[in-house]
Amino acid sequence: MSWKLFTLLVQAAGATALFSAFAVVAGIALGLFVCGVALSRFRAAAGVARLYVSFFRGVPLLVQLLLVYHLLPVLGLNVSSATAALVALTLCTAAYQAENLRGAFLSVPNGLVEAADVVGMTPWQRFRRIEAPIALRLAIPALLNEAVAILHASALISVVGVIELTKTARDLAASTLEPLPLYAMAGALYLVMNMVLVYGGRLAERRFSVRTA
Amino acid sequence: MRFDVALVLSYLPAIGWAAITTVGLWIVALVASIVIGLAIAVIRLHGGAIVNTVLRLLVEAIRGTPFLIQLFLLYFGGPFIGLTLERLPAGLLALSLFGGCYMSEVFRTGIRAVPRGHIEAAECVGLSQMQILRRILLPEMLVLVLPAGTNIAVGLIKETAVLSVIGVPELTAVISGIGSETYAFVEALTLLSLCYWALVEICARLGRTAEQRLSLYRFAA
Repeated sequence: MSWKLFTLLVQAAGATALFSAFAVVAGIALGLFVCGVALSRFRAAAGVARLYVSFFRGVPLLVQLLLVYHLLPVLGLNVSSATAALVALTLCTAAYQAENLRGAFLSVPNGLVEAADVVGMTPWQRFRRIEAPIALRLAIPALLNEAVAILHASALISVVGVIELTKTARDLAASTLEPLPLYAMAGALYLVMNMVLVYGGRLAERRFSVRTA
Repeated sequence: MRFDVALVLSYLPAIGWAAITTVGLWIVALVASIVIGLAIAVIRLHGGAIVNTVLRLLVEAIRGTPFLIQLFLLYFGGPFIGLTLERLPAGLLALSLFGGCYMSEVFRTGIRAVPRGHIEAAECVGLSQMQILRRILLPEMLVLVLPAGTNIAVGLIKETAVLSVIGVPELTAVISGIGSETYAFVEALTLLSLCYWALVEICARLGRTAEQRLSLYRFAA
């Protein structure tokens, strides 16, 4: 494989990294919101949030991607395929992150929450100073697992024509008639990004780890 | 926005066959994944250092890359090393290897979690190695790995959708094909989502029921 092809693949890997990073950040934000609604006192809203989580975790991402890609124009939103793909990717990962966060918030020791009430914190103070810092730290491993999953899942957005690593490898394989080295190199680049995430994640885990009683 | 369900439903027989294909693909891939996963786990725990390293690299490579890339590598790259497969066997092989590698990690942790004392006790009462494997190690391990195994099994259902990209005639390929034929994309894809949602929910429920039943046999750690 020539140097030229290699640089093209590395550039495409940059696009994959960007798409994944956006989906991970937006997914955690949306997931936090969904988790908040699911844990709230409002029964109906919590039911909707649970349905959302169940749907997006129960349907293959490829199908969600196709659905969003075809649904948005019907709803009058003419967006690019890249935008549609990012929306689908974010909606999907948010459902998983909401579930991860829900587990973390539920495992915040009850005594700490009660203690916060006893010293007279408002619900917002309690959330910001006690619940959120502990839950977010507890959730780090699960959040990172999902980030890795999104890196892999982002390969699927090539199916709706978004230019990223998989799409580039596919196009180059078709034009050079050398699929083996191109897909192998694309795989290797995914592996490198995967390793960066995993090792970065381990550092973060060590830095922010909490000892739970 | 029009929502023409009847149009899509007139394709019901084709959709039925596609659903059977998806479920069939899933069952075959799941069984193969379990066999491959068990084989990798046992060989890695009892084989030599070199075999262990080779298998570890294979598992890491498969768990570290997207399934779509593995599928393309096998289906489009395979013919260059003399491995020419039709869509269906190529898809099944890729899916089984993918599932098998994830399963192997689950089995490995499961086997390690079986208390040493149980094996020693079995040795003391004079069970052979094979008997220990069949009557102590595997049953205890299977109870332990059921929750994680169910997760992977459910994940495999969703992964079968990716096979549509190389043209395996399963649910996603057939229903989105109907979408492009009739231009009823939204209707077709909504139906498709509901099909998968139902499948996944049913399997997750079955898994949970099995967990509850088998938790009776869970030993105190």
